[in-house]
This record gives sequence, C-alpha cells and structure tokens, in this order.
Amino acid sequence: MLIVCWSPVMVEVWNGPGDKKTVEGPSRMPAPIRLRELIRTIRTARTQAEEREMIQKECAAIRSSFREEDNTYRCRNVAKLLYMHMLGYPAHFGQLECLKLIASQKFTDKRIGYLGAMLLLDERQDVHLLMTNCIKNDLNHSTQYVQGLALCTLGCMGSSEMCRDLAGEVEKLLKTSNSYLRKKAALCAVHVIRKVPELMEMFLPATKNLLSEKNHGVLHTSVVLLTEMCERSPDMLAHFRKLVPQLVRILKNLIMSGYSPEHDVSGISDPFLQVRILRLLRILGKGDDDSSEAMNDILAQVATNTETSKNVGNAILYETVLTIMDIKSESGLRVLAINILGRFLLNNDKNIRYVALTSLLKTVQTDHNAVQRHRSTIVDCLKDLDVSIKRRAMELSFALVNGNNIRGMMKELLYFLDSCDPEFKADCASGVFLAAEKYAPSKRWHIDTIMRVLTTAGSYVRDDSVPNLIQLITNSVEMHAYTVQRLYKALLDDISQQPLVQVASWCIGEYGDLLVSGQCEEEEPIQDEVLDVLEGLLVSNLSTPVTRGYALTAIMKLSTRFTSVNRIKKVVSIYGSSIDVELQQRAVEYNALFKKYDHMSGDEWLRVTIDQLLSSVRILSCSYDPNSSVVSLNFHLTRRPLSVCQTFQLQLLSPSSNVVPTLNQGTVTQVIRVLNPQKQQLRMRIKLTYTHKGSAVQDLAEVNNFPPQSWQ
Amino acid sequence: MIKAILIFNNHGKPRLSKFYEHYNEDTEQQIIRETFHLVSKRDENVCNFLEGGMLIGGSDYKLIYRHYATLYFVFCVDSSESELGILDLIQVFVETLDKCFENVCELDLIFHVDKVHNILAEMVMGGMVLETNMNEIITQVDAQNKMEKSEFFPFFSFSLSLYRRLSFSLPGRTGRHRQKNVSYCHV
Repeated sequence: MLIVCWSPVMVEVWNGPGDKKTVEGPSRMPAPIRLRELIRTIRTARTQAEEREMIQKECAAIRSSFREEDNTYRCRNVAKLLYMHMLGYPAHFGQLECLKLIASQKFTDKRIGYLGAMLLLDERQDVHLLMTNCIKNDLNHSTQYVQGLALCTLGCMGSSEMCRDLAGEVEKLLKTSNSYLRKKAALCAVHVIRKVPELMEMFLPATKNLLSEKNHGVLHTSVVLLTEMCERSPDMLAHFRKLVPQLVRILKNLIMSGYSPEHDVSGISDPFLQVRILRLLRILGKGDDDSSEAMNDILAQVATNTETSKNVGNAILYETVLTIMDIKSESGLRVLAINILGRFLLNNDKNIRYVALTSLLKTVQTDHNAVQRHRSTIVDCLKDLDVSIKRRAMELSFALVNGNNIRGMMKELLYFLDSCDPEFKADCASGVFLAAEKYAPSKRWHIDTIMRVLTTAGSYVRDDSVPNLIQLITNSVEMHAYTVQRLYKALLDDISQQPLVQVASWCIGEYGDLLVSGQCEEEEPIQDEVLDVLEGLLVSNLSTPVTRGYALTAIMKLSTRFTSVNRIKKVVSIYGSSIDVELQQRAVEYNALFKKYDHMSGDEWLRVTIDQLLSSVRILSCSYDPNSSVVSLNFHLTRRPLSVCQTFQLQLLSPSSNVVPTLNQGTVTQVIRVLNPQKQQLRMRIKLTYTHKGSAVQDLAEVNNFPPQSWQ
Repeated sequence: MIKAILIFNNHGKPRLSKFYEHYNEDTEQQIIRETFHLVSKRDENVCNFLEGGMLIGGSDYKLIYRHYATLYFVFCVDSSESELGILDLIQVFVETLDKCFENVCELDLIFHVDKVHNILAEMVMGGMVLETNMNEIITQVDAQNKMEKSEFFPFFSFSLSLYRRLSFSLPGRTGRHRQKNVSYCHV
C-alpha cells in the first residue's frame, strides 16, 4: 500500500500511513527529525523566545543522538546543527561530529561533514588538525567528487600546518588532466601560497602548461594562481612576463571567436575570463616597456570593440581602462581610456558612474590635465542622490582643485557643504580648509571662506582646526578688524557651533579694541554689548567647558582694552568659585592680577604681563632623532620682563639650554630670582604644553616644599 | 577576494551565510545585522556598491549587493575584485539557482539551504571565483546529487521514481511549499 503520507521518504511510506517512525533506528528513542521538519517547525514560532525554546529542545535531542554514536542519523543531525548555526545559535558541540562524517565512506556523509567543517571549524581549534589525514586520503580518492570536496575544504580553511602537509598532493592534482580537479587544485594552491608563501616555488613547474588548457574553468583559476604568484614575488613576476604573448592570444581568441553558447554572457564570450586576463596583463605590464608594448594593440581593440549596452561589456571596458592607466601605454591610448571614463560618467546606470568616479580618483594624480576636462561632470555628481556617488565625487573634486579653478570649485563645494548629509560634513570641511590654505587667491577670500565653513558646518569641524585658524587670523594682520567684526556678527546669530564660538571669542578678546573703535565698516557695538555676548557664552548650556575657558580669557583680555573694568572684575570674581576647576583657576589668577594692579589699568606693561601669564611656556617644535634617541624640544619664552603675582616679584633669567635630552641624560636649568618682602611661603605652579605624536598634551605640576630657609 | 556571501530577506532573516574568513559566531551575527541595516536603507535607484561596515573590514572592503524580490544577495569583497564583475557573478549565481530549483523563490532557499551551499561551493572556493559557466556548475551539482541518491537508495530507485510521479498528482497538504523536481535530499 502506497502513499498517503506525503513525506518523501520511501521507508515511511512502505510502513503505512501516519507512522513517522522508520524501520531502522534505535528502539529506545524516536529517530531524529529531518532538517526540513525542523525548518518547518521553527517557522511556526511566533516569537524569538518560542524559536529559542524549539532550538534548545532540538539541540538536546541532537546531543543525545551524538552520544549514542549513531552513524545513520549523524548526517541529518549535523545538517540541522548547521541550520541552527546560520540562525545564530551555538553549534560548537557538532565539531567532532563533522570529523566523523568526513571519515565516513559515504559521499552524503562526507558532503555534509566537509560543509560543517568549513562553517564551524577554523585553525584556532586543535580539532581541525585531525582532519589532515582524512583530507589526505580523500585527495587520493577514486571518485573525483570526493577529491573535489577535499580540495574545496582545504582551500577554504586549511591552516598553515595542514597546507604544509598536503601541498604535495595539491601539486600533484594541479598536473592532472581532469579539468574539474585541476581548476580546484589551482585555487587550493592559491590558498596554500597565501598561508605558506615559501611553498610558492613548489608550484612553479606545474604552471608551465596551465595556459594551454582549453577548459575555461581551468584557464580562469590558472590566471588567478598566476596573478597571486606575480603579486607576491618580483622574481615570479619577471619569470611570468614571457607569458604575455600567450595571454594576448587567448584574449584575442575570446574577442574574435564569435558566438559560443557555452561561454556566452549577454553576447560576450566569457567576460569573467577576459576580465581576469586583463588584470593579469596589468600586473605584468606595469613598469615594463616591452610587455606594455606587446599589449597595446589588444587593449586598443578591446577598448573600441566592446559592446557597452549591457553591464558585462562595461565590466570589461572598466578593466581595460584600469590596465591602460597602470602600464606604460602610449599617450593616445591613455587619452582613449580617460574618454571612456568620461563617457561612463554620463551613463544612466549608477553603477557605471560609481566605478568611473573610482577610477578617475586613481588616475587623477598621474593624468591630472586629462581628468580636469571632465571637471564639470564630476562637480555635477555632487548633486546626485546616491550617497556612494556623492562621496566619490567629493573626494575627486578636492583632488581637482588648483590655483586656476579655486573660486569656482569652492563655490560648488561650499554649496555641497551646506546641503550634504552630516556624515560628509567633517571631511568636506577639512578638505575646504586644506584647499583654501593651498590656493587662496586673497586673504580676505580666505577669511570669508573660513567664516562660511564655520557658520554652516561649525559643529562638524575638527578640533585641531581651531588653533590653526587662530594662527591664520593672527598672521593676516590687515584683516584683523574685518575678521573680528564678521565673527562678532556670526556670534550674535548663533552660539551653538563650538569651533566658531571659540575662534570668535579668541578674536574678540584679542582685537576687541578694533571692534569698538570705529575701524569697522558697519555700525560698531559698544563695549557693554560685547561683554554681554561674552557673558552669555559663559552661562549658556550650549557652551562646552573649553568654550567657557576661551570666553573667560577673552573677557579678561578685554580688561586692558576696554574701560568697563569694574564689570569685568565682577564677572571674573564670580567664576573664582566655579565648579569647573579650569575656570576657577583662571578666575582666581586673574582676580589676583586685578588686586595687585588696580591702579594701573590700561598700562601697556600690564597688558604685556597678563598676556605672558596667559601664554604658557610654548613649545615651538618637537623633533625626534632615532639615531641618537634624542627628543629635541625647542621652546622659548616670548617675553622676559618681570612676572608678577600677589605677594612676590619674579625675575626669570634665560634657561641654560633650549633642548631637553631624553632618558634623564641631562637637565635644563633656569634661574628665577624672587623678591619676597613679606616673607610669604614660596609656592610654584608649572604648566607644560607640548605635542606628542601629533596630539596636544598638557602637564601641570606644583612645588610646595621649598625649604623654609629659602623664604624666611 | 570575496570575504563573505550573505543572503537575507527583507526583514533581515539570514537565508545563507558563508564567510571565507573566520569570525566567531557572535561577530558573524553582528555582521549580518549590520549589513542588513546598511543595505535595507538603500533606495531602489542607487548604485549597488556600498562602502562596508566597520566589522567586515574597513576601507578596502565593499559591499556589492543585488535585490531580487524578497531577497538581498550581498557579496563582501576587497579591491582585488572587479565591482562590475561581481555584479555579473551574482546574476550568474541567481540564474543557476533558478535552473536548479525551477523558478527559485525564497522558500526554496529556506528549505534547501544545504543544496544552496553545494551550488555555491562549485562557484566560489576559498573566497575566489572557481567557475562561472552555469551549465558546467549545474552538471557538477547534478552528478554529485546522483551520487548521494545512489548511496541511500541502491535498490529502491525504481520505486522512488514511481512514487514521485504519483505524488505529484496528489493534492496533499503542500499548500505553501510546492513539490518540485528537486534532487533528492534525505537529510
């Protein structure tokens, strides 16, 4: 009696309807369910928790089944385990079972076993070494599919030890006439070479007649193998250069061969192989005149004859262009290549535009003028909706900026900065700053551009640009008034963008006198308004601690430039009890200054003194000489008049040296003469700022233990 | 080199995941989730290339994907692969699946994930492209499936074909999953 149960296992049907038990199988427990049954069950789960429960139940069943060492169902259980592994559940307890399956005689078992090994095992587990013997036997199996499985697994996850042991077998199979095995052996050899580069020599003899194969699969993987060898070893590269004519011939045959249904993809004969060969030609022709010469014709032929209406044609053209640009091709060919890329840029297909932009980015350094011709198209791509294309277009645009096109390009790039996604803004801002620094046609344009960036993308600007910008502004002496006025106006509009606020505060502090003195073109603010703005920054929630520091310093500096000193003193004294330690320290020090020099406000000398206090010992440059392991710090004090604080008078003499040797090999001494009429306890605070490996470091130290004899 | 091949559906459920470099299980799942997140955000009319997520490998790696009906096919590759070539490879892969499963749909991939692995193993090996000729791939896969069949059913193969012919004409409870002429699978 046949078929009522629709499940497709023969044995079940012969046993009658509804009986899911099979004839064979242990009598103690039901046979493990089939993979499809498991999948069906899991799909009925409505929640993650339900699914987890089902999986756990099944895992328990599988574990018991493994413990029973049942050969019949091992295959099925491992298959289920692999499925659960794909869903994300732990499956490591199946690793040994995979090995047992590999050792089985049945092809079905081996197939699942090897698949399991590839999915679950890796060289970090010792278990995988047990496979070596099995693989060795299977590499010599009588059935090609078993040999194929072994090659596949070795080529996917073979460790260096395994590769060393089995390289000989792989090499043997590389020379076989069976094309199915030969192509797999070639890729396996690539993996072996990657794991154990020293074994590369071993495969050299076998490569001799790889290219005379007719089978495209073998040709394809052989070219991959040759490519790998050439990329790894310059000797191999030189050795294989003699293959260029043969490769050119194969390529020619592919193009001229006419319709071959076997290898045809959208009307082109084996495009994958064409692309591979072009890539190998690129590597062989790079830097070598003779090889490049031999390829010129075929490259020109491919470039002009390939059908471009489908993706395959474009893939080949793209590869051809890359090859032309990399080898020593004649200039006519290079122009042809760039024009092809230019055509790609206008293609409707986004993918084509993307690869065109990528390739142009690679060639813009070497063929700058040729790429410039397509600048307007590239700039148009900035407006594309596709994020990937926009990014490429932005990178390429920055690469194309030069002294001639800076104004036009900057307009486009600033417009892009306004409207682009946040992920681009930081890079774009940095790029604009760099380009402006290199090619700015005038200082005023430069300042305007910086202002524009700070106001539109101020919060995305990198931290290190603030000191750079301050430096820039300092150096543009004639622009101080203009700059401070514009920055002040920007502050009135928006105080949320920290880099902008920091630069603006610094400028107002430094050039506040210019701001209120009437040197500006427009209506100038009065002192109280300026102080209002700065105080506003101090109290605003939007200001970071760093910004508050800038604001407080600026207010302090204005005490020597403005007349409303009382107001400033009041603000400063409030911050003497601020929670922020940095602010508190500054406020206390400034307060002290006020107390001492109440009667001397506006004095030039005081201004200089305060400025000196505010600037720490500045390290100008730092260099490292690896030969003598000496780090040289060049520093100097900007001014050397008397330094003052509350109860002492100091005279700082020149330090003994400008260089501090490393590794405690020596010291630098500086004599400080102290006038201490009130016999107060000596205390000294030192602040060191320098850059180490590109990042700013600040070090504070306090000396409180001067011997009493020194000050009593 | 191809670093990973992922197939997942519109909701992010993995239908196939093959990694050619080793990651531990948690990382693998994270990669799948991250990739789905990146790819599902994309519009229909943008290019098929994405700079990869952090997990997969950083700047040298790209995600090349294609969206067919309810499935995303994602190949994560490095710069040694041609982007347009990989797009064609995905196309060949899908066409091969179509030939093997006869009008392949998501359910086929769900219930025959081991078969899909076998087909993929004939196309990509160790992260490198092995064979791109569809007919060649199908021939090899069929031959191996025959081997499996003959092992399990040395004596019953006649009855099997009889059974299958008869079962096709039955209504049965096969509502969601069509019976197809799929190569026999006993797991």
